[in-house]
Amino acid sequence: MAGNLQFDLVSPERKLASVSATEVQIPAAEGEMTAMAGHSPTITTLRPGILRAVTAEGVKSYIVTGGFADISAAGVTVLAERAIPTEEASNSVLDELVAEARSLADAALPEDKAHAEKIVSDVTALRDTVQKR
Amino acid sequence: MPSLKDLKNRINSVKNTRKITKAMQMVAAAKLRRAQEAAEAARPYAERMSAVMTSLAGGVAGSPDAPRLLSGSGNDQTHLLVVMTAERGLCGGFNSSIAKLARTKAQELTAQGKTVKILTVGKKGREQLKRDWGHAFVGHIDLSDVKRIGYANAADIARQATAYFDNGDADVVTIFFSRFQSVISQTPTAQQIIPAQFDETEGAASSLYEYEPSEEAILADLLPRNVATQIFTALLENGASEQGARMSAMDNATRNAGDMINKLTIQFNRSRQAAITKELIEIISGAEAL
Repeated sequence: MAGNLQFDLVSPERKLASVSATEVQIPAAEGEMTAMAGHSPTITTLRPGILRAVTAEGVKSYIVTGGFADISAAGVTVLAERAIPTEEASNSVLDELVAEARSLADAALPEDKAHAEKIVSDVTALRDTVQKR
Repeated sequence: MPSLKDLKNRINSVKNTRKITKAMQMVAAAKLRRAQEAAEAARPYAERMSAVMTSLAGGVAGSPDAPRLLSGSGNDQTHLLVVMTAERGLCGGFNSSIAKLARTKAQELTAQGKTVKILTVGKKGREQLKRDWGHAFVGHIDLSDVKRIGYANAADIARQATAYFDNGDADVVTIFFSRFQSVISQTPTAQQIIPAQFDETEGAASSLYEYEPSEEAILADLLPRNVATQIFTALLENGASEQGARMSAMDNATRNAGDMINKLTIQFNRSRQAAITKELIEIISGAEAL
């Protein structure tokens, strides 16, 4: 088994997690990616999705919207604009996220429209997956 | 010479004032602690953000397809000044010093023939700038209902500022706020946020990283976030500075009230003694006259 890597999850308002993990699954802009110890240094942006960290105490998952992840051989730092532990995400919180993305998409400039619409569909898909559980 | 009753009333009223300023000082101290904690908690994000931005910007700077938020709109004719002050007064020179810095900057820019636009955040700064620069106001953001400043507030301000830039209504955006140094020292600061400025010296590590998607795409995604993060940091610094300034202002006021009470009490005792002596003299001289 591979070694551990340091996993930090920071939102603008506070540090949510700082633990040692064996693997971290990141909802990257161009598809899911899993970071393990020894990963080559990468910076990737995030799309709205679920971030999972496999630690010694079990799997911790968070809902993240936007931001980026900074992966190096020794650790992963995720800077998420919004991060909510999955267990705290109630339906109302998710609906709020969708509504917010929708209003932003409606207000977006024409050239950003496609991008904003994609975020809306990502958030909606995210809500549906979480609610199914 | 005020009468004894007047003096007594005066002393009581100053005592009341001292109670109020003392209470305000203690409230400010408690709020300051919370504001400092919030600023502390926001630091890791801001630091990582600026580190990554610096290394990214180092790689892209100078290339013709660099995002506009980084390279600017090509000229610097119109300046948008975002002046962030408090919603409340009674905090010493806090609001005035920010307003003063903004005013100086605005005068400087006008002297160079530039156009100045002002977006105010917080009521007090708006009131102070209204007389000289009221014609330059383009908007106001009211945070008086906000109990605890969140990232959403900053993102909102950032969106408005970026919109001015995107629409061509502003070429350079500068924020004015007070940097918290200690309870007794806050420095009014001007910081240019659009086009973004970075320390060139640290941008060496960029080649080590792989980027997904491309460097430019990440930069385009992160620049607006960086603006919001800088504004958020500034708002938090401002919050801590405000409470610090209020705390020391109220501490001074409490001390001054104490001095005044001592002085008035001495005056009160003297006049009372004078009145007693006068009565005694009257009695004695009356008795002697018999």
